[in-house]
Amino acid sequence: MAETPSGMLNSIGLQGPGVNDFAQNDLVWLKSVGARVLASIAGNTAGEYADVAAVLRASPAFDAVVGIEVNISCPNVANRGLVFACDPLSAAKVIALVREKLPRDIPIFAKLSPDVTDIVEIARACVNAGADGLTMINTLLGMVIDTDLLRPQVAGVTGGLSGPAIRPVAVRAIWQVRAAMLEGRIPTVPIIGVGGVRTGDDALQLVAAGASAIQVGTATFNDPSAPIRVNAELAAALQDKGFARFSDAVGIAHTRLDPRR
Amino acid sequence: MSETSQERTPQVAGELIATRRVGAYHHLTFVAPGVAELAKPGQFVALAVGGDTSANLLRRCFSIHKVSPSGTYGGTVDVVVAARGPGTRWLAGLGAHHEVNIIGPLGRPFPLPKEPVACVLVGGGYGSAPLFWLAAALRERGCHVEMILGAATEDRLFGVIEARRAADGVTVTTDDGSMGVKGWVSDVLPEVIRRSHAEVVYGCGPMAMLRSITEVAAAEGAVAQVAVEESMACGIGVCMTCVMPVVGADGQTRMVRSCVDGPVFRGDRVRWDAFESGWGRVPDDAYGAAAMRGH
Repeated sequence: MAETPSGMLNSIGLQGPGVNDFAQNDLVWLKSVGARVLASIAGNTAGEYADVAAVLRASPAFDAVVGIEVNISCPNVANRGLVFACDPLSAAKVIALVREKLPRDIPIFAKLSPDVTDIVEIARACVNAGADGLTMINTLLGMVIDTDLLRPQVAGVTGGLSGPAIRPVAVRAIWQVRAAMLEGRIPTVPIIGVGGVRTGDDALQLVAAGASAIQVGTATFNDPSAPIRVNAELAAALQDKGFARFSDAVGIAHTRLDPRR
Repeated sequence: MSETSQERTPQVAGELIATRRVGAYHHLTFVAPGVAELAKPGQFVALAVGGDTSANLLRRCFSIHKVSPSGTYGGTVDVVVAARGPGTRWLAGLGAHHEVNIIGPLGRPFPLPKEPVACVLVGGGYGSAPLFWLAAALRERGCHVEMILGAATEDRLFGVIEARRAADGVTVTTDDGSMGVKGWVSDVLPEVIRRSHAEVVYGCGPMAMLRSITEVAAAEGAVAQVAVEESMACGIGVCMTCVMPVVGADGQTRMVRSCVDGPVFRGDRVRWDAFESGWGRVPDDAYGAAAMRGH
């Protein structure tokens, strides 16, 4: 881990003992406390994603799961390590295989990487393959060099950049995909906005660009109450601006473009 | 899941009421209502740095140097800061009456022996910060307390004078011989354990030092309890930055979070072999190692 301006770089990876342990212990505990779980899954091959989804479905606590987020920002071992989220065919294959393993009433969200030439193309591939929604955005690939030792500062050499530093990238990515939906270039599905949200105003930017829900990640490390605080601040901001319903604000910025543009 | 249900950990705006230089370090006292009352030796606090709009998002974690639950201004918490990066320099530069957001107490404290056995407390640099109130807690139980303070140079020692009040015997080492014995804490530790018939060695300082005092303690038949200094981003168990491999009572190595499962571990349970070259890694035989590989 390395701290960066308004953010952090991590090569922590996906720490955890694996899906069997999660399905038998953590998910059972989450259910016992009444949590509704959007579980994020990952794999090294497309088939492994499907296996992970099948293990979750077989869990005695699967009814606590309200949705699955498919984290496709992993290197595909079967394709020279190219990240699934950077290749429309690989991304579609993962989504299709996961979709087959889960009941139709469990929505699946494809979590997209911003490190692509055309994020709309990846979004289209995922939605056409059966994704019910999109999560945008995953971390950006970054790197920090320790200038005392003159070597990469994180063990994985490169790492994922997160925090408020990447918020403009999240707003841009959500904007582009939402615009494609509004123009009928891809089917319309809900977008979960994530990336650099620290305040209610930050969340409102992502919502106005087209996000129907918000995740708060890195800001939690600075303020553990951030998710609850952001929710309250966003509600207050929407009320201040006269929105009767949250959904009226989703994508609102697309209707307020400068006509001279 | 190893967590037990706990009272909510306080998050407070702590007012800095005293700041002073101590050798190479800064000693800060905050009014932190609710934190002092709950804290035990070995626990730490996580401080936000740079104010509300700071570009430095990550909290800085400091082991608690001491607490006064019923000071003139309410409960106070003391920490010792080495001004080395942007966050710690900001903290060191604060004047009295500035507010700093504080979460704590966090982590598991040093376990105390049930019997009044002799103990050796070893601090490397300002790693000695939590050892003085640990010494007080041990002496309250009738334990004989020896302290060993070591650092590269005299100005990087912390609390030599305080140690003479807090412990029954004090040994000082410096790498350059500018104070005390020239050498490392691990050079003098065997003698101190033997002389005091110590059964427990407590340590706080850099990883390499903790590893060597664990090895010395084992060779001398004592138990080592060490407070690790893994880098942390949140301090509250969310970010997984501070995971490290530790052997459980069942002999299985697991990746555990040093912020919530530590920072104090039995030295012989820590997989020191995973910390070579300063990059922690997941040992092949750790529980779930296969699931963590490749991501």
